[in-house]
Amino acid sequence: MPNSLLRVLTCGSVDDGKSTLIGRMLYECGRIPDDVQAALERDSRRYGTVPGGIDYALLVDGLAAEREQGITIDVAYRYFETASRRFILADTPGHEQYTRNMVTGASTADLAVLLVDARKGLLNQTRRHAAIASMLGIRQVVLAVNKMDLIGFDQARFAAIVADFQAFAAQLGGLEVTAIPVCAVAGDNVLAPTDRMPWYTGGSLLAALEDAAPRMAATEAAFRMAVQYVNRPDLDFRGFSGTIAAGRIAPGQQITNVQSRVTATVTRVLTMDGDLPQAEAGDAVTLVLDQEIDISRGDVLAGLPLPETTDKISARLAWFDEAPLFQGRSYLLQIGARLVVATVATVAHVLDVDTLAEVSARELKFNEIGQVTLSLSQPIVFETYAHSHTLGGFILIDRISRNTVAAGMILGTDRIASDVHWHQLTVDKAARAALKGQRPAVLWFTGLSGAGKSTIANLVENRLHTLGRHTILLDGDNVRHGLNRDLGFSEADRVENIRRVAEVARLCVDAGLIVLVSFISPYRAERLLARERVAENEFLEVYVDTPVDECRRRDPKGLYAKADAGQIRNFTGVDAPYEAPLSPEVHLTTIDAPPEALADQVVGELRRRGMID
Amino acid sequence: MSASLGRKAGLPLHLRVLEAEAIHILREVVGQARAPVLMYSIGKDSSVLLHLCRKAFYPGVPPFPLLHIDTRWKFRDMIAFRDRTVRAFGLDLRVYTNPDGIRDNVNPFDHDSVFYNAVMKTEALKQALTEGRYDAAIGGARRDEERSRAKERIFSVRGPGQTWDPKRQRPELWNVYNGQLAAGETLRVFPLSNWTELDVWTYIEAEGIEVVPLYFAKMRPTVERDGSLIVVDDDRFRFRPGEQPVDRLVRFRSLGCYPYSAAVTSPAATIAEIVAEMHTTRESERAGRLIDQDQESSMEKKKREGYF
Repeated sequence: MPNSLLRVLTCGSVDDGKSTLIGRMLYECGRIPDDVQAALERDSRRYGTVPGGIDYALLVDGLAAEREQGITIDVAYRYFETASRRFILADTPGHEQYTRNMVTGASTADLAVLLVDARKGLLNQTRRHAAIASMLGIRQVVLAVNKMDLIGFDQARFAAIVADFQAFAAQLGGLEVTAIPVCAVAGDNVLAPTDRMPWYTGGSLLAALEDAAPRMAATEAAFRMAVQYVNRPDLDFRGFSGTIAAGRIAPGQQITNVQSRVTATVTRVLTMDGDLPQAEAGDAVTLVLDQEIDISRGDVLAGLPLPETTDKISARLAWFDEAPLFQGRSYLLQIGARLVVATVATVAHVLDVDTLAEVSARELKFNEIGQVTLSLSQPIVFETYAHSHTLGGFILIDRISRNTVAAGMILGTDRIASDVHWHQLTVDKAARAALKGQRPAVLWFTGLSGAGKSTIANLVENRLHTLGRHTILLDGDNVRHGLNRDLGFSEADRVENIRRVAEVARLCVDAGLIVLVSFISPYRAERLLARERVAENEFLEVYVDTPVDECRRRDPKGLYAKADAGQIRNFTGVDAPYEAPLSPEVHLTTIDAPPEALADQVVGELRRRGMID
Repeated sequence: MSASLGRKAGLPLHLRVLEAEAIHILREVVGQARAPVLMYSIGKDSSVLLHLCRKAFYPGVPPFPLLHIDTRWKFRDMIAFRDRTVRAFGLDLRVYTNPDGIRDNVNPFDHDSVFYNAVMKTEALKQALTEGRYDAAIGGARRDEERSRAKERIFSVRGPGQTWDPKRQRPELWNVYNGQLAAGETLRVFPLSNWTELDVWTYIEAEGIEVVPLYFAKMRPTVERDGSLIVVDDDRFRFRPGEQPVDRLVRFRSLGCYPYSAAVTSPAATIAEIVAEMHTTRESERAGRLIDQDQESSMEKKKREGYF
């Protein structure tokens, strides 16, 4: 019966023979049942790349599309065991566009097996994989130099590849490298040593996996546990459930809810198997405390010394989304059981994973790794990723698609920013608005160029002015002449354009004004960001809905003609996207309606909401 | 991992790790989902999953209902076991059968397995999840069961219509699970993803978890059909010309609808004997599931359409 568990990441470039290697390990460890073997033989004849023989790779290439294309698309998990150890293999594909799977596999792995084709030596992919493994905190690497048979089992060639890799690994720092020459197709040095490479005196790949040390749970560190669930089955019981991230806990110990700084004593460490005298890192438990203190999901309970809190973090990000990350854009950030809104304050640099050089940049593209600072909607409890994967690792989630778009590793708090404090002002928004006898608001007009935003906004402002309301109109074109004159029309600049205007709109709302913003603002994410700069009910999205053909027909500034002729690039509606609002407060259909009637519709909505009399 | 967990002196370390991982996942579902539901299929994996649910929320009961998709062709022993279990632990069970299947009397004898499976399982499941307005369905599927499952996420997003797109899966990092859903999306959650069949049996033995008696060897009336042993569970069974039920010492490794679940000849009558047999067996678990073999890439296809 095995009594330890090792999580292994296997990675390599396309055609390194990784699937064959893994297929063979599963095969030779005797866990391939007869019926699966029969299917393997059938598939080998149909899709196989080994004439007349068994193609072990087919054992692990799971999806129909993969079998047809002969490549691995997605990260796959494999399980096998030996007498002493149970293994979980995360098998990650080699092509560059699927690097996110590699990061995923690396996040939980104790050890990485890097596969190299002996004929090709180190490739950019190999360096990239080693860099990612190291970044995610893997310290043990097995370099498996495959296809030794194809270079005549040449010792010198093997030694050169290993020296090459050692030099690169030294730059990453602290990697423990074991190099093994193998031939996956024939099985040399996979499970047992081979006599075809008498010059190699080390152990087989399986032996290396059996000897490796699992990542140690941080039992000696201070106690940390994120509360996942408040267990209240009845009025007499209240427990706090979670998985211990670090340290130990026993009845009698003091813990602090880090965010509220309230302290209590643990009275019971509860499981269905009975109360425990002590629990430690890795255990899923329920804690009962001696007094009723306010604790909810996402709070972190800790022993001394307490971890820090911050609302501004500096982090390394691996970016997974086809749409790039921009300065100014906001995402959901999930860390432990806590979910907050994170806005990208700065993109510090992008990492060139081949040279490990840091290159300055304003955005992170698909599969790039870089360093950013993030401003958070509320403070989080954190430790650096180097110190704790649980309190230092997070994901970013796109606010519209809800997909996971980045893996983040906290490097620290951004001290400069967190030292800029909010100044408490005595005359506030309510006081300023009261003096004007009105309720401040943002009317955010969005729509294509030429849709009629500025015309309608101008009419609305006229009517409000006549009604004695204090207003300001921020017009896209006008703001670009001053505040935003350094910005162009790339997606990154458009995001920054909107971020600045959203901030100005917020300041104007603080001044008690009714703010009319007339901006194309093509992205939902930025309009959401603008909405969140002010209080709920203060923001009205006004969708000026004009079909692109009609805008092109009107073309008041002659811009569509230029865009169609290729003289302007990134023009919304022509070669840049417009994301229409899903549920705007006001939806104006401009065809067949004069602008005056549409302006009345907006003023009517303000009245209906009690924002003006 | 604590060595101090008294009762677990006998539980191997890797199972303690897998147990803690599953409990963590279950608490995340409840922390994030609006209306989770446990897909309860009565088999050994469901029994382990239910045991883990009870552990995760002890001393409370699991804060979600159990949903059983009843095809009306489950073994009688399975239904009896289901009702006994629900009573014993005070659980909230919902049973659902596709009304179209009842109306048209869809059954495994008059209809082919592809049609039967689509109506009584895949469609029924989609209807039940939609009707119950559940946003997260917790299931006992394991990645080692079948090769298309090896690429399944633990928190697996289904598009509108409960469909699965293996190329658009979310990356899953550390033990951070993204349960956020866009409009029309729902979640399937698989806490036993990293368990193997051997882990399941070892855990059942160590924890003393009760399972359906059909897993244990017993003399049962069987017919041999197309190389498989089918147990005659009730008088709805239709014999082909010349077929006679013969009593054989058999058991099941995987349980589904009785005419589609092949038995294996085996003398293993205790969990210890089953675990011992697993170390020597050369048949895969789902080999007895006749329904998996009816189409090329059959499981992947069913999963894309919404099957568990």
